[in-house]
Amino acid sequence: MDNIETKKQYQDYVDKKSPNSPIIKNCFNAFWVGGLICSVGQLIFDFCRFRGLELQISNTIVSVILIGISAFLTGLNIFNKIGKFAGAGSLVPITGFANSIVSPAMEYKSEGYVMGVGGKMFTVAGPVLVFGISASIIVGIVYLIFNTQSITLV
Amino acid sequence: MEFFQSIDWMQMLRCFIVGGIICIIGQILIDKTKLTPARILVIFVTTGAILGGLGIYQYLVDFAGCGATVPLTGFGNALAKGAIEEVTKSGLIGAFIGGTKAAAGGISAAIFFGYIASLISKPKMKKQ
Repeated sequence: MDNIETKKQYQDYVDKKSPNSPIIKNCFNAFWVGGLICSVGQLIFDFCRFRGLELQISNTIVSVILIGISAFLTGLNIFNKIGKFAGAGSLVPITGFANSIVSPAMEYKSEGYVMGVGGKMFTVAGPVLVFGISASIIVGIVYLIFNTQSITLV
Repeated sequence: MEFFQSIDWMQMLRCFIVGGIICIIGQILIDKTKLTPARILVIFVTTGAILGGLGIYQYLVDFAGCGATVPLTGFGNALAKGAIEEVTKSGLIGAFIGGTKAAAGGISAAIFFGYIASLISKPKMKKQ
């Protein structure tokens, strides 16, 4: 434990001394990994459109495939390695949402399959859904209020 | 083969760049603020929902395609857009139906694949 503490202190020291170079490196890695994930999504999307599927369905297929891949990569401990390298590059795309479900679930597997895996799945994804869905309801209501006066936002 | 000829490479480039820039914003938030990843995800989804509700995010989607829809801001946008669509169809109750309906595939997939992946995984207890 002692060793880790010094490592952390050292990392803090490094961060304090050279605040610029790691953030540029991190941003660069986040940029190309994030861009690559989005491009894979675009490739799937284009394929769906090529096969003549609807826009909405194509978008859903992209989400489902990316979520599926990243969930299983997280389960195999591969995604965490990518995450360590890419930072926000793998966190911000929808892959990060799947990762945020699987990693706490794996951690609490010892507490059982219902309350351990089933319950802890939502430690990070829960807030995302709460705020996302609440925001969408508010948007819907606001839109309704403005729309009855036939004033549309933008 | 026909499919590969049909790919719009300029669209792919715009997708790559816009998706990458959204990730850079996330990376700056991680490095420069003390926000936890969970909060950053919440901020992205909520921002996407607000921008989607205002109709601004749609311009980005038109420009960058999956570069805008794949990041979590796009998830928020899908929620907001779904709510608006459903409101125009069925009134107030649509606000409660539309958002989740639009994102249902993603949410269900995340829950299902997430559970299965957790079951088959072997947690590595690294002593850290």
